[in-house]
Amino acid sequence: MTGTAPDVAADTVVAGSSLPDVPRATGPWTGEVAFPPRARYHELVAAYKTSGFEQLSDLTAVDYLTHPGRTLAPGVEPERFEVVANLLSLSLGRRVRVRVQVPEDEPVVVSLWDLYPGAEAMEREVFDLYGVRFDGHPDLTRILMPEDWEGHPLRKDYGVGRVPVQFKEAPGPR
Amino acid sequence: MSDRSDQVGGDLFAGVRHAPRASIAETSEGAQELATRRATSPDELGREAGAVLRIPEGKVLDTGDVDVERPTDETMIINMGPQHPSTHGVLRLMLELDGETVLRTKPVIGYLHTGMEKTAEELTYVQGATNVTRMDYLSPLINELVFSLATEALLGVDIPPRATWIRMLLSELQRMSSHLMWMATNGMDLGSTTMMIYGFREREMILAFFEKTTGLRMNHNFIRPGGVAADLPDGWEDDVAVICDTVLRRTYEYDELLTGQPIFRERMEGVGSISATEAIALSVTGPILRSTGVAWDLRRTMPYLEYAQLDFDVIVGTYGDNFDRYAIRLNEIRESIKLVRQIVERVPPGDYRVQDRKVTPPPRARIDESMEALIHHFKIFTEGFRVPEGEVYVAIESPRGEIGCYLVSDGTAKPYRLHIRGPSFVNLQAVPTLLRGGMIADAVATISSIDPVMGEVDR
Amino acid sequence: MGLEDLQHNFLTGRLEDLVKWARRNSVWPATFGLACCAIEMMAVGAADFDISRLGMEVFRASPRQADLMIVAGRVSQKMAPVLRQVYDQMMEPKWVISMGVCASTGGMFNNYAIVQGVDQVVPVDVYAPGCPPSPETLLHAILTLHEKIRTGAITRRPERPGGEPGEQLAGWVPESPDAVRVATPR
Repeated sequence: MTGTAPDVAADTVVAGSSLPDVPRATGPWTGEVAFPPRARYHELVAAYKTSGFEQLSDLTAVDYLTHPGRTLAPGVEPERFEVVANLLSLSLGRRVRVRVQVPEDEPVVVSLWDLYPGAEAMEREVFDLYGVRFDGHPDLTRILMPEDWEGHPLRKDYGVGRVPVQFKEAPGPR
Repeated sequence: MSDRSDQVGGDLFAGVRHAPRASIAETSEGAQELATRRATSPDELGREAGAVLRIPEGKVLDTGDVDVERPTDETMIINMGPQHPSTHGVLRLMLELDGETVLRTKPVIGYLHTGMEKTAEELTYVQGATNVTRMDYLSPLINELVFSLATEALLGVDIPPRATWIRMLLSELQRMSSHLMWMATNGMDLGSTTMMIYGFREREMILAFFEKTTGLRMNHNFIRPGGVAADLPDGWEDDVAVICDTVLRRTYEYDELLTGQPIFRERMEGVGSISATEAIALSVTGPILRSTGVAWDLRRTMPYLEYAQLDFDVIVGTYGDNFDRYAIRLNEIRESIKLVRQIVERVPPGDYRVQDRKVTPPPRARIDESMEALIHHFKIFTEGFRVPEGEVYVAIESPRGEIGCYLVSDGTAKPYRLHIRGPSFVNLQAVPTLLRGGMIADAVATISSIDPVMGEVDR
Repeated sequence: MGLEDLQHNFLTGRLEDLVKWARRNSVWPATFGLACCAIEMMAVGAADFDISRLGMEVFRASPRQADLMIVAGRVSQKMAPVLRQVYDQMMEPKWVISMGVCASTGGMFNNYAIVQGVDQVVPVDVYAPGCPPSPETLLHAILTLHEKIRTGAITRRPERPGGEPGEQLAGWVPESPDAVRVATPR
């Protein structure tokens, strides 16, 4: 278990070069990927922060509704949503990715705002486009869609909303 | 409106058509807007005032800092945008003012939301560059580059060296044209229409070169997964040399026009300052972060392409104010010229895209000769090439900061999830901190110095 | 007694020509740059393509002072009411150029977020295709608009429901911008 974070909890799976089965990118973009359970997410990110990951580069989400059989690290239960946080260490020149599984029936995750104030707009965007709520976020309102919009557009069961035009049929099979 | 006839001179007005009342279409965004103090929780007040960054961990918001108890009738909430003359696109700012001083700020965005990430799931990887390029429309080649690097990382292909160097050349020219555009609009926001004309004049030279190379002035769709779409045209070294010499000479004209000028300095120095801790906490990158003294430039600290082999300086400021950001961008134009000159000498001959026929379409002439080439061409342009399953986060340095691409592939020819981490989206979180305590007249200059491009903010 | 009440005859013909000449030679645009097309619009305003020779270099910030709205860029659902409000604030005579394919038809973004053509919100006079249209295309669009002004009637009015000239337009409201919202798709 590679440990950039000094006190990684026992049920957090950290993948990376030590885990050959998990598909990952090759080349200079390879890095460590951690799969904490939802309850330990905040704790893990706080641990990364104290061990030198000063900045949160990006926080986003993925809806795995139509791709449930994706390959995860062993011992990780796949859920419908996944919140992905990319952390950056300016002092170490390294990145780490944290992927936490979020179930469909209870799409709530702890907010990282108290650790990284820069997460505020990113979490609002995830809420707006996916409907995942963040506990502890100061202002969880829509950010990109109009306030009275119904639905969360980036979910897989939300259509693209294409207006039929001449000579172009519906999108083909994936 | 229709009962004017009841008023004085009723007969005189009868029969005259009145212009219809201006549309009362609602443009309020409800909960997304800045609310009055009474309607806002103390936590959110602190956040909107930027005070949250100064709280040590474990402490509660210091109400003295943000003046929670101030009666509402002393402050005024005004609205700037989304349509306003500052040329930074459809950004709406709600400001709470005490006289001329800005207390709280809330940017309301989403007026240019295009659903590009949803569209990306419907387009193949070949078509993906056309979509991604329109996000940050001032540096489209950089968007295409980050998307192509992400796709290539998942594909596992090696890009030929010539393609890499061509990409670097185009990236640096793009950085120059973006910073020139910034200098033009920044000058315009401060009132210097001369700078606007100068900046566009230089930019036209670079756009003419892009048109010669890629076919388009903007939104090029030139850097694609696998390499670049075509080779550089003949005589490109001379064109680039002319561009470099002219632009370098003219940056000294800008020094005369702006840098030493007392009015400019007084309007920019000390205005809109931010500290390094605040910037890092807010995930701010790019010239704003460098203006606070942190020497973080991804081309130097986490090099991609072949930047590790080139010699250039990372420009760093001291005070984190508007003037530092101006100076950084001006000098980054000079550094880019330096880089372009080095690249011109070192571009190797060779292929401009990877030879794998499954990824790169064959040359058009071969389609007539070879059935296999025809099949590959057909498959690539109808179905697209399949990318192995996986996920990757690639980040490069755009003129505005760190632009990242988080790409998830499920093994098919279309991305499963494409997320672009737009630097301006994240940098806009610094707006409350930068504007707090300043004058409203400085708000336009400060917004301009953040250099937001709403295309990548809203995607 | 305004221009609208002029009867068209040989005496007023020259006056009409004068009015139309004045109108087309100093059409002041309102700033309505949204996305990439806005950059090309600014390039038209700069020295290389110089819109100033057409009398148009003053981009008015206030729509009350503008004659022409060049909708440059993609119009999102959130922006459509704002677009309508700005259009309504402009004084007659006013024209609209829809610049770029996103403004004309929704462009490459046929999805939930973009209004498929700005003519669903405001009446458009000239469409300029391109993604983005090169500055020459925009200049051609402007010259087409000049031609339209030159050959059109002075008192051109857009179509209105239930209104005959001279009738009191009581209770007239513009078509609701909600009409442009694509319903939440299934």
